[in-house]
Amino acid sequence: MASSLRGKAAVVGVGHAGMGEAPGYSAMDLLAEASLVALNDAGLSLNDVDGLFVGSSFHFMPTLSAAEYLGIQPKFSDSNMIGGASFVAHTLTAALALNAGLCNVALIAYGSNQRTAGGFVSMSEPQPYEAPYNPRNPLTAYALAAARHMYEYGTTREQLAEVAVAARGWAQLNPEAFMRDPLTIEDVLSSRMISDPLTLRDCCLVTDGGAAAVMVRAQDARQLKNDPIYLLGSATAHWHRQISSMPDLTKTAAAESGQRAFAMAGVLPDEIDVLEVYDAFTINTILFLEDLGFCKKGEGGSFVEAGAIGPNGRLPVNTNGGGLSCVHPGMYGLFLLIEAVKQLRGQAGARQVLDASLALVHGNGGTLSSQSTCILGVEATL
Amino acid sequence: MDDVGGAMRRESDDQGGSGMERVESDLDAPTADGTLGPDSTYLNYLAAGRLMLQRSRSTGRFFFYPRVIEPTTGQQDLEWVEACGAGTIYSTTVARRLPERGGDYNIVLVDLIEGPRLMSCVDGVPPDRVYIGMPVVAAFVQGSNGPLLVFRPTEEGR
Repeated sequence: MASSLRGKAAVVGVGHAGMGEAPGYSAMDLLAEASLVALNDAGLSLNDVDGLFVGSSFHFMPTLSAAEYLGIQPKFSDSNMIGGASFVAHTLTAALALNAGLCNVALIAYGSNQRTAGGFVSMSEPQPYEAPYNPRNPLTAYALAAARHMYEYGTTREQLAEVAVAARGWAQLNPEAFMRDPLTIEDVLSSRMISDPLTLRDCCLVTDGGAAAVMVRAQDARQLKNDPIYLLGSATAHWHRQISSMPDLTKTAAAESGQRAFAMAGVLPDEIDVLEVYDAFTINTILFLEDLGFCKKGEGGSFVEAGAIGPNGRLPVNTNGGGLSCVHPGMYGLFLLIEAVKQLRGQAGARQVLDASLALVHGNGGTLSSQSTCILGVEATL
Repeated sequence: MDDVGGAMRRESDDQGGSGMERVESDLDAPTADGTLGPDSTYLNYLAAGRLMLQRSRSTGRFFFYPRVIEPTTGQQDLEWVEACGAGTIYSTTVARRLPERGGDYNIVLVDLIEGPRLMSCVDGVPPDRVYIGMPVVAAFVQGSNGPLLVFRPTEEGR
């Protein structure tokens, strides 16, 4: 019955704050600032928010901390914590709660000051059967997945580098992106090896940043100031927690979340105009293009060659510059949603994908653990 | 299905000695006895230089990490069986680290012949000489926090 939710909720406001470096601001400061930007964007106020969805790497009880800081008393709150995919997963819970009448205005929010506060932090507990071998998660897990993909399918380091170069190409069109210097395949290959086969430039940024999105029921959305961006499909799947329990390191649960999200939306991959997929590492983009059905399993490496997913390529992927070049404050998922909404509204400036009406957002969390896909569309796609 | 829960029933009849002694004396010592959980049982075996895996008697399937149920089926008819120690490298990475901090080290996923996959490292070869498909065999070393399961290349390996 999930399809009864198709198009029944919409994103009506998005906002971010402190992208890159925000010295002197706490994670919650950035969350609050982004929330106000998103609410202003929607033409709503803090008083209107009665549904709250928060994930955090800094707060043990994130919806409690956020509601207290914001000074709101939500009727419905959810802090389902599945890592960086959490915020994409929240879109489905928000749509459910809105359409069940449990709340009227849902705020999804995140904030992190990890860069200026001293680097990557994690509340993640060590996995007792992995910890003795000193994995540097999440990096180690993604390196193991990349190595296996190369072994099974002949994927090359040059193909991984293509992903980083394409992301940088998009970032150069985005004045808000953190890294905008030119980047070549050779630059990626010759940068410092961190965990074979991944170099520094195969890895996402470590930045600050806050992000927020506001969702309401579709019938309420049409009265607000922006063109509503409708949630057509949303699904989450997870098959493991730690990388040693992942059934097949070359196939993620995106294969399941994508299939369910597409089914709910009633669209096919070749109808998607723009993709925002969680590129914590270059291997991610290749895995997700395969698992979401944009190319066959094992062909992701050749799919991204020759700038195919960069500006002027055949498929626009990670048009803000992604976690690799735009912003990655610990958990990046909500920034994917923001960029998709901007593209569908036609507000993406120099990086705008022409006539974008259907977008796919794909969040990833943990060590390729949680996978959340949502499909967004403009009014004409209903 | 008669055997389901048999391990627990049998265990409840076993009143003798401490958990550690039982581990030493009974290869098939069940775990869910209220005095020694699966993690402790596994680690005690490891300390004695034995790689022991759990298996459901009814499904015959091995699994790792140690649990009080077989994942997915929920079977509780578990027994400990000694693994032969042989496995194959499923994936590998070299974690690059400055020499003054200990230098590069290796992290692998190993597929045991019995089926389970686990994280470990390959000892006794340079970290970048470990390769996917490499045949390895279990070994036990003293880690910083107790006995540690590692793997070494078998003689057939490069």
